[in-house]
Amino acid sequence: MTLCAESLAKIDREIAKYPADQKQSAVMSALRIAQQEKGWLASDTIQFVADYLGMPRIAAYEVATFYNMYDTQQRGKHKLVICTNLPCRVTWQQDVGEYLKKKLEINYGETTEDGKFTLIEGECMGACGDAPVMIVNNHRMCSFMTPEKIDQLLAELE
Amino acid sequence: MLHIEIDGQQVEVPEGSTVMDAADKLGIYIPRFCYHRKLSVAANCRMCLVDVEKAPKPLPACATPVTDGMKVASNSDKAKRAQQGVMEFLLINHPLDCPICDQGGECQLQDLAVGYGCSSSRYTEVKRVVVNKNLGPLIATDMTRCIHCTRCVRFGQEIGGVMELGQAARGEHSEIMPFISQTVDSELSGNMIDLCPVGALTSKPFRYTARTWELTRRSSISPHDGLGANLSMHIKQDRVMRVLPRDNEAVNECWLADRDRFSYEALNSAERLTVPMVKQGGQWRETDWQTALEYVAHGLNEIKTQHGAEAIGALATPNSTLEELHLLQKLTRALGSGNVDHRLRQSDFSADAQMNGAPWLGQAVEALSEIDATLIVGSTLRKEQPLLAHRLRQAVKHGGQLNLINPVDDDLLCVVANQAIVAPSAMVNTLAQVVKAAAQQKGVDLGAAYQAALASVTPNASAQAIAASLCAGKSAAILLGNLAQHHPQAATLHSLGLELARVLGAKFGFLGEAANSVGAYVAGAWPNAGGLNAAQMLAQPRKAYVLLNVEAELDCHDPQQAMNAMMAAEMVVVMSAFKHLALDYADVMLPIAPFTETSGTYINTEGRVQFFNAVVKPQGETRPAWKVLRVLGNLLHLPGFEYNSTEDVRNAVLAGGKTIVSNALDNALKQAVLADISVNVKGVERIGEVPIYQSDAIVRRAPALQAAKDAQAPRAWANAGLMQRLGLNEGDMILLKQGAGQTQLPVARDDRLPDNCVRVAAAHPLTAGLGGMFDTITVTRA
Amino acid sequence: MSEKVILNTLDHPEPGTLANYERVGGYQALKKILAENMSSEAIIAEVKTSGLRGRGGAGFPTGLKWSFLPRHFAGDKYIVCNSDEGEPGTYKDRDILRYNPHSVIEGMIIAGYTLGAQRGYNYIHGEIWDRYEHFEHALDEARAAGYLGQQILGSSFSFELHAHHGFGAYICGEETALLESLEGKKGQPRFKPPFPASFGLYGRPTVINNTETFANIPYIVRNGGQKFLELGKPNNGGTKIFSVTGQVNKPGNFEIPLGTPFPALLEMAGGMRDGRTMKACIPGGSSVPVLPADIMMTCTMDYDSLAKAGSMLGAGSVIILDDTVCMVRALERLSYFYFEESCGQCTPCREGSGWLYRVVHRILQGQGRHEDLELLIDVSKNISGRTICALGDAAATPVLSFIKHYRHEFEHHIEHKRPIDGCH
Ligand SMILES: Cc1cc2nc3c(=O)[nH]c(=O)nc-3n(C[C@H](O)[C@H](O)[C@H](O)COP(=O)(O)O)c2cc1C
Ligand code: SF4
Ligand code: FES
Repeated sequence: MTLCAESLAKIDREIAKYPADQKQSAVMSALRIAQQEKGWLASDTIQFVADYLGMPRIAAYEVATFYNMYDTQQRGKHKLVICTNLPCRVTWQQDVGEYLKKKLEINYGETTEDGKFTLIEGECMGACGDAPVMIVNNHRMCSFMTPEKIDQLLAELE
Repeated sequence: MLHIEIDGQQVEVPEGSTVMDAADKLGIYIPRFCYHRKLSVAANCRMCLVDVEKAPKPLPACATPVTDGMKVASNSDKAKRAQQGVMEFLLINHPLDCPICDQGGECQLQDLAVGYGCSSSRYTEVKRVVVNKNLGPLIATDMTRCIHCTRCVRFGQEIGGVMELGQAARGEHSEIMPFISQTVDSELSGNMIDLCPVGALTSKPFRYTARTWELTRRSSISPHDGLGANLSMHIKQDRVMRVLPRDNEAVNECWLADRDRFSYEALNSAERLTVPMVKQGGQWRETDWQTALEYVAHGLNEIKTQHGAEAIGALATPNSTLEELHLLQKLTRALGSGNVDHRLRQSDFSADAQMNGAPWLGQAVEALSEIDATLIVGSTLRKEQPLLAHRLRQAVKHGGQLNLINPVDDDLLCVVANQAIVAPSAMVNTLAQVVKAAAQQKGVDLGAAYQAALASVTPNASAQAIAASLCAGKSAAILLGNLAQHHPQAATLHSLGLELARVLGAKFGFLGEAANSVGAYVAGAWPNAGGLNAAQMLAQPRKAYVLLNVEAELDCHDPQQAMNAMMAAEMVVVMSAFKHLALDYADVMLPIAPFTETSGTYINTEGRVQFFNAVVKPQGETRPAWKVLRVLGNLLHLPGFEYNSTEDVRNAVLAGGKTIVSNALDNALKQAVLADISVNVKGVERIGEVPIYQSDAIVRRAPALQAAKDAQAPRAWANAGLMQRLGLNEGDMILLKQGAGQTQLPVARDDRLPDNCVRVAAAHPLTAGLGGMFDTITVTRA
Repeated sequence: MSEKVILNTLDHPEPGTLANYERVGGYQALKKILAENMSSEAIIAEVKTSGLRGRGGAGFPTGLKWSFLPRHFAGDKYIVCNSDEGEPGTYKDRDILRYNPHSVIEGMIIAGYTLGAQRGYNYIHGEIWDRYEHFEHALDEARAAGYLGQQILGSSFSFELHAHHGFGAYICGEETALLESLEGKKGQPRFKPPFPASFGLYGRPTVINNTETFANIPYIVRNGGQKFLELGKPNNGGTKIFSVTGQVNKPGNFEIPLGTPFPALLEMAGGMRDGRTMKACIPGGSSVPVLPADIMMTCTMDYDSLAKAGSMLGAGSVIILDDTVCMVRALERLSYFYFEESCGQCTPCREGSGWLYRVVHRILQGQGRHEDLELLIDVSKNISGRTICALGDAAATPVLSFIKHYRHEFEHHIEHKRPIDGCH
C-alpha cells in the first residue's frame, strides 16, 4: 500500500505547515488526501498514513473514526450528505431527505445497488443561511436544495 | 506550602498539588475511576466531583489545583448529588452482569455503586453493547463493561511506552480498541488489567477459574529478572491461580512485567517433576527420596574416590534462592571441589581474579528514573528488564538522554539520543572509543593501563556524540546488560565501563540477569576460592555434575558443549521442578520446589534482600531444594549441614536482617582486564540473545506467555547485504552451523543489524544444537 | 445604513480579494503599528477600550484575554483562529472568510505582533472546503504582498500563518478540542485550568479567538478602540454579524450595531415567511436558551439585553421558528445533534446526551410517560456544570428551556401522542 506521488507531495506540503517535531498535526489532511485518492480509508491506508507521519497506528485510527467526514467503510462513488438539523429542516418546503430516499430507493446510511450513491443524514455544516444544504463528496457544498435541484445534481453526477 | 481544608480537616500540601492529593494525604476517600496516581490526569469520569467553596459548580478533585486557603467539602449535599448523578450515568449503559463478571468482588464500580448509586435505575432505554476485541493471549475483554476512563490507553502512552490501545469513534459510540486486527503485545500489558476499574479488561489465563473471595493472598518475589518484583500470589486450594503486583515504590512501584505476572501457569504444568526418579539400565524408575538421595550420595562418593573431588562440578541458575545456592556451594566444597558456578551464560571469566564483590546495579533502582545521561552497553533493554526499562524511559521523559552500544537496534520505546549499532566483535572497540572521547572532552587523563591499550583508538562521530551526551549530564550512568555480560570479552567491557565511569564521575553497574544474580555471588556460588568456572567445567568435562534448576541445552552459553559434557559424564544429578531433556543424560532426577513452594531469599540487582515464604504446598513428592541439599550433606557426613530452616541458612550467609547487602557489592576491579581491543572479524558473527520468554525454566513452560508475540519461534535475522550475498529472500530457509551442531531457520530481514551478523536467538529448543551465543556461525542456503 | 467593520467589502464584484481589502483601508493598521513601532501595551489598551467581546459564543473580553498571555515568555507562542463554526444556526465565519478573509489575516498578524507570537493557524470547519481554499489563496496574496512571512514589510517582525482544515466534528469549535485537533489528535477538550494562555497549542502559550473577533481588530487599531466602542453600546462595543435562519423570508448575515432592537433585525431578514406568526427564537445558536416570541420582541441584540431576558447572544445565530413548528420535534432534533456530537470523553455528557435524546425521541414517537419531563429536567441538571467542556451544558440547555417555555406542548404530546394542533 502506498499513495501516489501527487498525494504524497500534497501531504508533504501539509507537513511543512507545522513545526518539524509536530508532524502528527498533518494527520487530518493526510487522511483527507488519502481518502480523496482511494475513495475511502481502508485500514492499510490508515496504517500507511500513520507510518508516514511516524505516529501510532491506533492514534491515526482514532482520528479517522472521530471526524465524520472520513469514511472508514467503503461507500458509493458519490457521498451525499444532507443536513437535517433544525435550521435546515424548518426551511424544507418539501422533505428533501424523504425525496432523496425515495428517489435513490435507499435509507440514510445506505448505498444504492449500483454503488453510485451513498446517502447520509448530516449535521450542521455551518451554512444554515443557504438552507437546505447538502454536501457532495466532502468538498462540494450545494445550497438552497429543492427537488428540482436535486434531480439536476443527480443527473450531473456520473 | 498551601493550606487547604477538606471536610473540616486541615492539611498542608506543596504547590502544584490537587485536591485529590490533599484528600489522599488526609486519608479522606474521594471516589474515583479515571484518576491513577501514576498516570496523567484525564478528569473524564467525573466521579470525584467535590464542592469547593466559592465555586459555582462542583469541581473534579483529581484535576483541581489547590489554592491557599481553599475549603472543600467532599460530602456536602452538592458534592453528593454530583457524585450520585455521575454514578447513575455510569451505570445506565453498564451491563450490571456482576454475577458472571471476573471483576466481581474487586470492582471499583461495584464497590462505589453500593455507596453512591441508587437501588433502581430510571434508565429504561436500550443499553449499549460493544463487541469484544482479541487483544492476544493475556488480556480478555468484555468491552460492554468499559466506562471509558482511558486508564489503559494512558498506561500505554505513558508507562508502557507504546500506544496499542486507543479510544476510537466518539460519543456514546466510543470504543477502546487496538488498531484493526492487532493485539496488545507490550511486555507490560498485564498492568492494564489491574488498571481497569471494571471487568472490561481481565486476565485471560485467570478467567473463570476462581472468584476473588475464594482466593487467599500471599506475598512472594518474582524469580525472573534482576529486579525481584514484589508479588501477591492468589491461591485457591493450594494452587496459584493468578499473580498481581504488590506495591513497592523502591522496586516495582505498582507494576509487573507480563513475565512476572503470567509465568505462574508453569507451576501447574503437566511437565512438573513430582517424584524422584533414578535411571537404571537405561530405564527411568520412580523411587522414594531416601533411595534417590542415597543413590546420589553413593555416586558422588564413588566419583570422588575414583577421580578425585575435582571431577565433580555443580551448576545452578541464578534464579535459585540464596539458601539453595549457599548449600550447593557448601556441599561441593565440602566434598573437596571448588567447581561451582551460576554464571551459565557467561563466557569470559577473566575478571574473576580481579573482583572484590558481587557485580551489581551500582545504584538504587529508584535512581534510574532520574539519571540525566545513561549509556547502555549490550541490552535489548525492555525485553531483558521490562520494569528497569520503564524507569529509564521515565528518565528520558524527564529530559534525560539514553545512549546505546548494542548489536541490535530494537525499538526501546523511548528516544535514544545516540547509538552505535555494531557487531558483537566491535562492541569493545566502540566502548573504547567512547572512553577515549570522554577523557578528551573532559580533559581527564586515562589510567596508565588504559592509556596504553587505547593508544591506537580514534573515536568516531557516534562515539564522540555518546561521550558528549554523557559529559553533559549532571548525573550519568553506564550500565552493562545481558549481551555485554554474555559477551566473549565481557571483562574488557567491564573494565572499560569502569574507566568511563571514573572519567565522567558517573555510576557504573550491571543490569542483573536474574532474580538472584547478586545473591548467587553473596552465597558463594562461584569459584572465587579456586575451582573451575561454568565454562571451564563444560570445556573440560567432569565425571559428575550436580545441576540445580539447570537445563543444560537452554541455560548455557554454549549448549552444544554443555550437552557433550553431560552426555559424557558418569553421573548427572538433576534437581529440577520440571521434567526436561535431562531425561536423556541424567541419572537421577530430584523434584525440587519452585519459588512458590519453598521459602527463600533473592538479592536483587541493587543488593536488596527480599525473602519470601512458600505460598503453596510442594506438589507430590516435591521438596524444597535447600532441604534436599541439607539431607544430602548429612548423608555424605559432611560437617555444617545442621540447618532447621531457610532462616538458619540465610543467617549463616547474611549477618542479621540487612535489607541491602552493601558490603558485598562491588563492581571495581583490582586491575584492569584489557583484551585486544582491535576488531578482528572472521566470518559471520552470531548475535545470540535470550528471548524474554525463554529466560528460565518456569517462563518457558507458561502457556499464555508462550502464545505471546514475544515467544514466536526464532528466525535468523540478517540485513539486506548478507541476505543478498547468500541469495536469500525473506522467509527462505537458512542452514546455520556452529561446530558440529546445525539448525535450519527461516530468514528474516532487519537492515538495522550490523553487517556480517545473523541474529539467532539462544535458549530456544530450535537453536539448542548450536554453539556459543556470540561465536562465528556458518550460514548457507538450506 | 450604519457603518460596517467587516462586511464593508461587499460593494465589489470580487469582495474577498486583497486589492478590494486594501481599497477599504486593509493592512493600514498593520502598517501603522510597524511604522510607529507601537507597543504591545498600547495595542492591548485599544482593544480593551473597544469593548470587543469574543464573537465565538462566550463573549469574553478580548483585550483582557490577550493580557493574560505571558508576552515575555521566550519560547514559541501561537495565535489560533477558530473558524470551526458548526453549531446549528451559525454561518457568519463562512461569509467572513469569503467576503473579507484579509481582515482575519490582518487581525491575526496584529495579534502575533502584540503577543510576540511567530506562528498562527486558522482552523476551518470541514464542510466549507471552498472557504479553506479561498483562505489559502488569501494567505498567498498576503505573503506575496509582504504582509505575511519573514520580516513583514521590511520590519524585524515575522509571522507565519497557515490554514488547518477540520473534518467534521462540532466539538472542535471548543477551543481546547480545537487545539488537540490541531495537534493531530481526536478533538477531545482539555480540562481547564490550565488555560490556553499558558498551556495551549503544543503546550505553549496560545491566544485563540473567533474569526469575527480577529476580523474586528484591524478596525480597532486603525480607528482607535473608542470609535469601535461607540459603534455599539457600553460593554457591548462595535457591530456584530447576526446570522438569521429559520422561517423568515430573507435569511442572511447582517452586520449591525450591538444594541439594535430585535424587530429591526427581523425586518432586515424580510419578516416571517408566508406571513406566519413567530413562535420562538433561539437568539445565539442552538445551545442558548430558547425565548418565546413575546419576550424576544422586546430585546435588543446585545450581550446584556439577551442575558437579562434569560438567554445569551452566543455567536449571534438567530434561529426563528414560526407557529407551525412542533417544539417537541424541534428539541428532538437538537438533542440528537448533541448526542451525535458529544466527544465521548466525560461521563455526564457521553451517557447523558444519549439519554436525553432517547427520552425526547420516545415522547415524539408517542411513547412518552408523565414522569419523563421531570426525568429530562433532572438528567439535564446532572449534566450541567459537571462536564469537562461546555458541550454538556449546551446539550442540557435546550431541554431545560424548551420544557420551561413549552411544557404544554410536551404534555400534550405525552397525553395525546401527537403535536398540538397546527404544528408538525
Ligand atoms: C461545544 C462548543 C462549541 C464551540 N464552537 C465554537 C465555534 O464554532 N466557533 C468559535 O469561535 N467558538 C466556539 N466555541 C467557543 C470557544 O470555545 C472559544 O470560547 C472561542 O473560540 C473563543 O474565541 P472568542 O473569545 O473570540 O469568542 C465553542 C465552545 C463550545 C463549548
Ligand atoms: S462535555 Fe461532552 S464534548 Fe465536552 S469533553 Fe465532555 S464528553 Fe466531550
Ligand atoms: S477521578 Fe477525577 S474525574 Fe475521574
